[in-house]
Amino acid sequence: MGIITRGFRGRRVDDGGRTPPGQYLTGDFPVLSAGPTPRVPLDAWTFTVRAESGDVQAWSWAELTALPVEEVTVDIHCVTRWSKLDTVWRGVSMDTLLAKVETAADYALVHSYGGYTTNLPLEDLLGGQAWVVFEYDGAELGPEHGGPARLLVPHLYFWKSAKWVRGIDLRHQDEPGFWEQLGYHDYGDPWREQRYQGD
Amino acid sequence: MARAAIPGRLSVRRAWRPAVLVDRWAETSSASTLVLEVDDWPGHLAGQHVDVQLTAEDGYQASRSYSLAAPADGDRIEITVQRLPRGEVSPFLVDELAPEAVLEVRGPLGGWFVWRAKDRGPVLLVAGGSGIVPLMAMIRARAGVSRAPFRLLYSVRTPQDRIYAAELHRRAEDDGGLDVAWVHTRTAPAGDPRPPGRLGADDLAGHGWPPDGDATCYVCGPTGFVEAASTLLLAAGHDPGRIRTERFGGA
Repeated sequence: MGIITRGFRGRRVDDGGRTPPGQYLTGDFPVLSAGPTPRVPLDAWTFTVRAESGDVQAWSWAELTALPVEEVTVDIHCVTRWSKLDTVWRGVSMDTLLAKVETAADYALVHSYGGYTTNLPLEDLLGGQAWVVFEYDGAELGPEHGGPARLLVPHLYFWKSAKWVRGIDLRHQDEPGFWEQLGYHDYGDPWREQRYQGD
Repeated sequence: MARAAIPGRLSVRRAWRPAVLVDRWAETSSASTLVLEVDDWPGHLAGQHVDVQLTAEDGYQASRSYSLAAPADGDRIEITVQRLPRGEVSPFLVDELAPEAVLEVRGPLGGWFVWRAKDRGPVLLVAGGSGIVPLMAMIRARAGVSRAPFRLLYSVRTPQDRIYAAELHRRAEDDGGLDVAWVHTRTAPAGDPRPPGRLGADDLAGHGWPPDGDATCYVCGPTGFVEAASTLLLAAGHDPGRIRTERFGGA
């Protein structure tokens, strides 16, 4: 337990234990981005998976949205300390996108339009844990929230759910992404409060 | 995007450490600056933030991030906190935290939205509301150590919402190479030739830097403001790689 600050009571919310340590609940949907919002025309949009062998699989917008679509309801947790419960998304499971990829890689480096990158273990993208989503709360995903499509990996801090996603490189070795190079955690489990390197 | 080094030993930056409230003053009717004393503060870069943690007697904890408002003065750091209606932490910090009370901080944190005195190129700072805080840290860090030309465009609703107004007016006179321009969105002061209204392309053309130079733009404010301002900068032809943003929103 930390040092007690005299007079502080706080405002407790009964959330059934769904808010990780150090987080607070919000009904809003705040935005965290390092730079301006990229605008990606759908006719130029592709999503690419590159295996460590150099083999590439790519989907156009029409090809992606023709794949089986799942609707998922998940809680999301931003490292800037807000959490949002029961968010509803539609998109394609990473299990579907990675099904035919030949790989022995352990890590993934995710790339976005605009230059953003983030890293995570490949197994965290599999097993019904990750999606490429293009709808939020019943509407098309807006550009400030990562549209036309973003990664959704809700069991990790939300910076791992890369906005404006354009592809994934599969790698034998972990390579830090944008925020990870700036001191944020390579894995980012909100329940273990892995905010910064060393947590 | 480039790698950026963050100063300070990791073990120091990530540990929660006691911080004593040694001074506090109101900047506006809803924002106050808190001066905290933290033993062996390692120093920080302009634009970085700290995490602040409050613990109640029964162990309940709440944490928030706040931008550092000024260079460290030895072991003393400053944050400026805007009281959010219905907020859990900000009203306590602004209104209730007692003098000499102890809370906990960790940091400095964040290595992207920073300005370093060795960065010599022109800088455009675009602030919306309490988004001025990390940008003010850059203006204060620049004074006396850098001649990098700075231009600040600061958007507020009314003249009463200006944070650091007197100091900004003084620095605009005294700090060579610093220009300050105000955007009032609801009510402009008497005699202001600019009618009230949101930040527009004309404001950036008149008070910013031309897009073909090597200016770095720092934009901080609520999400909607940052989206609008960075979209205007892109439309004016600024390089997206030279626009750094920090947004806040939510509870």
